[in-house]
Amino acid sequence: MKVIYLDNNATTQCAPAVVEAMLPYFSEKYGNASSMHTFGGNNRHVIDHARQQVADFIGAAHADEIIFTSCATESDNTAIFSAVRTQPKKKHIITSAVEHPAIMEPYKYLEAKGYRVDFIGVDSLGRFDMERFKNVLDEDTALVSVMWVNSETGTIFPIAEIARLTHEKGALFHTDAVQAVGKIPVNVQEAGVDMLSLSGHKFHGPKGVGALYVRRGTLFMPYLMGGHQERHRRAGTENVPYIVGLGKAAELAQKRLTDGTTERIAALRDKLEKGILATVPDVKVNGDPEHRVPNTTNISFGYIEGESILMYLNDLGVCASSGSACTSGSLEPSHVLRAMGVPFQFAHGSIRFSLSDQTTEADIDLVLKELPAIIERLRKISPFSRLAA
Amino acid sequence: MWDYTDKVMDHFRNPRNVGAIPNADGTGQVGSLVCGDALKLTIKVNKDTDVIEDAKFETFGCASAIASSSILTEMIKGKTIAEASKITNQDIADALGTLPAEKMHCSVMGMEALEAAVKSYRQGGQPVVFEQQEEKIVCHCFNVSEETIIKAIRANHLKTVDDVTHFTKAGGGCGRCKGEIQKILDKVNGASAAPATGEKKPFAQMTVVEKIKTIELVLEEDVRPKLNMDGGSAELVDLDGTTVKIRLTGMCSGCAGAAGTLKNFIEKTLKEKVDPSLTVEQA
Ligand SMILES: Cc1ncc(COP(=O)(O)O)c(C=O)c1O
Ligand code: FES
Repeated sequence: MKVIYLDNNATTQCAPAVVEAMLPYFSEKYGNASSMHTFGGNNRHVIDHARQQVADFIGAAHADEIIFTSCATESDNTAIFSAVRTQPKKKHIITSAVEHPAIMEPYKYLEAKGYRVDFIGVDSLGRFDMERFKNVLDEDTALVSVMWVNSETGTIFPIAEIARLTHEKGALFHTDAVQAVGKIPVNVQEAGVDMLSLSGHKFHGPKGVGALYVRRGTLFMPYLMGGHQERHRRAGTENVPYIVGLGKAAELAQKRLTDGTTERIAALRDKLEKGILATVPDVKVNGDPEHRVPNTTNISFGYIEGESILMYLNDLGVCASSGSACTSGSLEPSHVLRAMGVPFQFAHGSIRFSLSDQTTEADIDLVLKELPAIIERLRKISPFSRLAA
Repeated sequence: MWDYTDKVMDHFRNPRNVGAIPNADGTGQVGSLVCGDALKLTIKVNKDTDVIEDAKFETFGCASAIASSSILTEMIKGKTIAEASKITNQDIADALGTLPAEKMHCSVMGMEALEAAVKSYRQGGQPVVFEQQEEKIVCHCFNVSEETIIKAIRANHLKTVDDVTHFTKAGGGCGRCKGEIQKILDKVNGASAAPATGEKKPFAQMTVVEKIKTIELVLEEDVRPKLNMDGGSAELVDLDGTTVKIRLTGMCSGCAGAAGTLKNFIEKTLKEKVDPSLTVEQA
């Protein structure tokens, strides 16, 4: 059965050109970039090249502002703990209520350790509550970390404005841009961020490699201590093949932003969304339609449960994901949808479709053809369907 | 991805007995939209023999909820009301092969709907909504009563709060009720299994493991947060009688004040919070 992969916000396929670029560094070019001999030392230039590729991709002024990490989770943790450790007198930190666990969990940990923490909420369209943010931000704030794009709904936050307000109070600003890079233009200088996290596997690079951008002049303390690698900012022998892969993926992703690919993905996403809205009753799109990345749509199907929808889609080879409680084993529907105040009868039945440049029109047509019957079938089983009729 | 058995997938893909029996002799309902799963079970009963002649279901929920409902209708058809009443959630799970631990509450929902349908039949057919008997609701997020929790603990030999959550959902929301669930567990399983929470055992009578755990807790709660502020930390390396061997790490390790930190801060804290006999040495 052909796999129709519409779960690109979870992960993407590593592009063949990326794999090809990586391969020599597993085998014949295995040297340690820190070595004194040419065989290993040559890999230093290879890493520097990748660093430049990533810097160009996010508009960094200097390549040395890029620190390679093992994943975005590490980048996020590094940024947070660096910000609090380098400003020990400040005891207040801010984030949003809809972050990835890689932000949420360190914040909750610091809260338990005595920090004042504010999780800024969102409205029913998933928009950041700027007024509340302005009210809680103060001189005691060490760090504001707000994601650039929400992974579940694709909603884009006004990062430049949040960064500007943060700096007015003398705090550091970090953004988890994992779901933004590769989908929309990201420029750290224009946005004015101090730190930014990204992850290779979300834009056709390999899993297990990420980067943290740290603007020159930003207070910084490493998370992993040990060797002198990454100019003492991230110890551990450089993962040369993965760093090469990340650089290559960044270069390719940058091209896709300007060669019409993004527009093509948006058109397919819109076709899918409009098609579903036109053929299935009692559905609702979650997120801010005005400020949304081009590849994502999050749709709630009233009166039925998301896991059941996913399992029927799975039988057709269609991969998507759900904010339903049952898929996570957490018993509660997605914290993002709950923060948006999506009613329960819709929150349990939410499905996220996330496209990529590999998505074809035929993929979308198949989903549009099969989905209405799946929904109807489940609604027939549901005791609430007559409520809807 | 859940590990569902073929049987679960079969009943999910081809649910048996979907729908509602018109003028049913018994109608049982459980769950709600808010909870994320709900089941309505209708039965047709031969009034002379008490045999369940037909059963149909409507379910809102995940694959395992649909499969549990579907197989339940098959299990009760042809049984007398008395026989059907003996079916437990474990029987439902067994009939499906097995269910992932986190999904056991789906089988509990089946049992509850059956209970309500039987009650409805006995009361002359008026639909019955399964209710946590009029008594204490322990978990307000999922509306789970003490009785449901006790039943689940007894029937399934549950040991931990997580177990209880998997079977009844209680504790899976805000988590506020976890303390109370632990108390119910202690009560049902006998205080023996309970980790000491109330009165403290004297340090000298503790096992080595208990001693180390007690010290580790104080290090975590009272010592490390202070050291972390200076970019350092402390590790418990060994316990030799009443001598606690500690290694300072991070920024504290090479710090000139290390000896002072050990004696004045860590030793003092441990003497105060654990036992006055303790001394601290650098490992
Ligand atoms: C917004 C966001 N942040 C962080 C991560 C974690 O990325 P990684 O898997 O590289 O640790 C993800 C991916 O799941 C994400 O979507
Ligand atoms: S009251 Fe039980 S989880 Fe919230």
